[in-house]
Amino acid sequence: MLDFPLWKRISLWAITLALALLAIPSIASLTGTDLPDWAQGPEVNLGLDLAGGSHILLEADPAQVAAQRLESMEESVRQELRDADPRISIGDVSTADGRLSFMLEDASELDRAREILTPLINGTGLVREWDLSVVDGNRMVLSQTEQGLDQAVSDAMESATDVVRRRIDDLGTREPTILRQGDNRIVVQVPGLEDPQQLKDLLGQTARLEFKLVAPNFQFELTEEEARERAPPGTEFVPYSEEAAPAQGVGMVVERLGGIRGDSLTGAQQTFDSQTNEPVVGIQFDAQGGARFAQLSTENTGRRFAIILDDEVISAPTFNEPILSGSAQISGGFTTETANALAITLRSGALPVDLTIIEERTVGPDLGRDSIVAGAVAMGIGSILVVALMIGTYGRFGVYATIALAFNVLMVLGIMAFMNTTLTLPGIAGFVLTVGAAVDANVLINERIREERRRGRRVVAAVENGYKEASRAIYDANVTNFIAGVLLFLFGSGPIRGFAVVLIIGLFTSVFTAVTLTRMWVAGWLRDKRPSEIHV
Amino acid sequence: MKLLKLVPENTNIRFLKWRVPFYVVSLLLIAASWALVMTKGLNYGVDFAGGQEITGTFVEEQDAPVGELRDTLSTLGLGEPVIQRFGEANQVSIRVRLPESAEGDPAAANRIANRIIDTVTAEHADFRVDSNNTVSGKVSGEFRQTAIYALLFAMLAIAAYIWIRFEWQFGVGALFALFHDVSLTLGMFALFQLEFSLQIIAAILAIIGYSLNDTIVVYDRIRENLKKYRKMPLPELLDLSVNETLARTVMTSLTLLVALLPLLFFGPASLFGMVAAIVLGVFVGTYSSVYMAAPILVWLGVTSDSFVPEESVADRQEKKARGEI
Repeated sequence: MLDFPLWKRISLWAITLALALLAIPSIASLTGTDLPDWAQGPEVNLGLDLAGGSHILLEADPAQVAAQRLESMEESVRQELRDADPRISIGDVSTADGRLSFMLEDASELDRAREILTPLINGTGLVREWDLSVVDGNRMVLSQTEQGLDQAVSDAMESATDVVRRRIDDLGTREPTILRQGDNRIVVQVPGLEDPQQLKDLLGQTARLEFKLVAPNFQFELTEEEARERAPPGTEFVPYSEEAAPAQGVGMVVERLGGIRGDSLTGAQQTFDSQTNEPVVGIQFDAQGGARFAQLSTENTGRRFAIILDDEVISAPTFNEPILSGSAQISGGFTTETANALAITLRSGALPVDLTIIEERTVGPDLGRDSIVAGAVAMGIGSILVVALMIGTYGRFGVYATIALAFNVLMVLGIMAFMNTTLTLPGIAGFVLTVGAAVDANVLINERIREERRRGRRVVAAVENGYKEASRAIYDANVTNFIAGVLLFLFGSGPIRGFAVVLIIGLFTSVFTAVTLTRMWVAGWLRDKRPSEIHV
Repeated sequence: MKLLKLVPENTNIRFLKWRVPFYVVSLLLIAASWALVMTKGLNYGVDFAGGQEITGTFVEEQDAPVGELRDTLSTLGLGEPVIQRFGEANQVSIRVRLPESAEGDPAAANRIANRIIDTVTAEHADFRVDSNNTVSGKVSGEFRQTAIYALLFAMLAIAAYIWIRFEWQFGVGALFALFHDVSLTLGMFALFQLEFSLQIIAAILAIIGYSLNDTIVVYDRIRENLKKYRKMPLPELLDLSVNETLARTVMTSLTLLVALLPLLFFGPASLFGMVAAIVLGVFVGTYSSVYMAAPILVWLGVTSDSFVPEESVADRQEKKARGEI
């Protein structure tokens, strides 16, 4: 066991020094030292709790996706059956219980209707999106398949992630992390942000823009409840937004279908209205959206339409004349800032679903810096005490343990940098814990050597037995720590994972440094000096 | 150089003699801990209760106006905010729990945070928000659940490992020692109403890993002695094993403590709870290794047969053939 041939010594030193040197760029950046170009290398990342920044967890409600699919299915079904030749008439349309059901006026049209609707039911992907069943001979019921809905939620989250990324890029922040998490969540991490509120406002807004015709016989003096109740079939009540609320009324009754969605925009900017000088948002439609808008305004000249943003009416102008230019102007009691924010969100596109902030953790940059300094000071004092205790108790063997400990700390940092992991605030506690625990192996070995000497074994045999007999307990103890560390990693989020990473890497390196390296050094000393007595 | 010997050589403390009273006291402490957790409850931070925790600095003031904040913020109708000094004299932490009505509303926590920050900065323009943690009821519920799973699973997995490496009695002993350590730590948090957060769960998981280090050293020695002294009565053998390893037990705990204590006193304020939990766990874990994990083996009936290979069938037949049986 004490036999270390040259090749073994060289390779052990090579591994030790290589991993320890990897720590240098990280140490330099933590202490703010500049390194020459040739000394640059991978650095350990600082977690948001040390670098400052915002961690935001957004969640979408799958039920909303389901409701949207149902609505667009209703529109498509009506359209397809109306456009059929000859037209298939339907009635008693209902979207209750998350299913679309309607009655064919002529039951003999059933097969033809089924044929027409087949492409809609099958969808465009690999999974069938809807189930179709027929009740009482002439009522067709469409319900969403689970796979179809899952696919739709997944698609919605995919495009929501893109929209979120575009919006954050528009803010001009550096190195944001935007990741999907689970089925319906998105994690956003933005380091070093001056104003997290701005970010949250940007992410919280769905920016779903709709243009819907105001119902012809709609009255102002209703309360919201009455309005919802009295809205005739085919119409719905939409409340006013806070900024746009006029003197009278609480909202408007608009036609549910036949409007235009704002997802066909090619541009949006904040400008000023040429007459009132009020801040407004100018928008441009793409070709298809422009044509739809032209058609709507031509067919309904003289009628009022509501501009609806995220289910709130922001203004309700009148189509004075057909609008053929493909661009329009949105007013709604904006300030320059709110108009600009709306323009950004419209440019980045609407979120396909509402995203709600369900967790936010923001740390200011000063706090993080203070934490690093305080953590480093505490770790320094702790290390000195551990070293004093080890050398005081085990003499020469304590010195070996100390050198091993120094390499251990460097190697943990080096490996973290190499693996591109993140150092967090609890990770600092992990380093301190590693310092205190790494020497445990040396304690066990040295105590065993003491014991073997007391029993009268000769020096070399005592050392050899010390390492051999202690290694069992060292091994078992590290496995239990490893089990706890892995669970810590699996269970923990962000900062806690940083703690787990330090602990786990520290377990591996401490076995290497505290057992293997010290054994090599002790063996070298025994071989060179051949002492007949050791003080341990 | 004269070397330190914190534990004298050849100690002969009869730990096992007092095993019944120690066990009675420990079981009472465990029961008391759980009673405290049930009655007083744990002081859940935002991680587990939902709501928000805002820490900030009054940059241009000497002392944070804690009393004034308490008055203004309690008029917001957000329940009783917990306002404490945090770190320096001009730093505070403001904690507001999520009202029960907001359980189903994921955005409620975020709205409340904004109201608090707006209210404070309206009167104190120098208030700098250092950190803001907002957790909705949904997320905090998930945290509670995963925390319980992680703790249970860690304890069982480690006990199973000890069982595989030693014998079932040792696995049960380890599990009991871990249960003791976790219970007492939770009891302390309930007693002193220290904030119970995700960091504390991380600390307890670390304790679960490290408190067994000493237990393993003792168990390893018990196994060794069981093979060596096959005729020695078990209580005597356990006493011998604990005494032989006492210096190790003390030293390993001591190195952890001297490393951690500076972090407790000089480290970042936001790590205080976590480090306090680990320090507490080191004490409790060392005690349980000596007084809980070893004596339980007497009652569970460990024998030296557990570690001496049984005679194989072939051996027996051979003996039979030779007429020895």
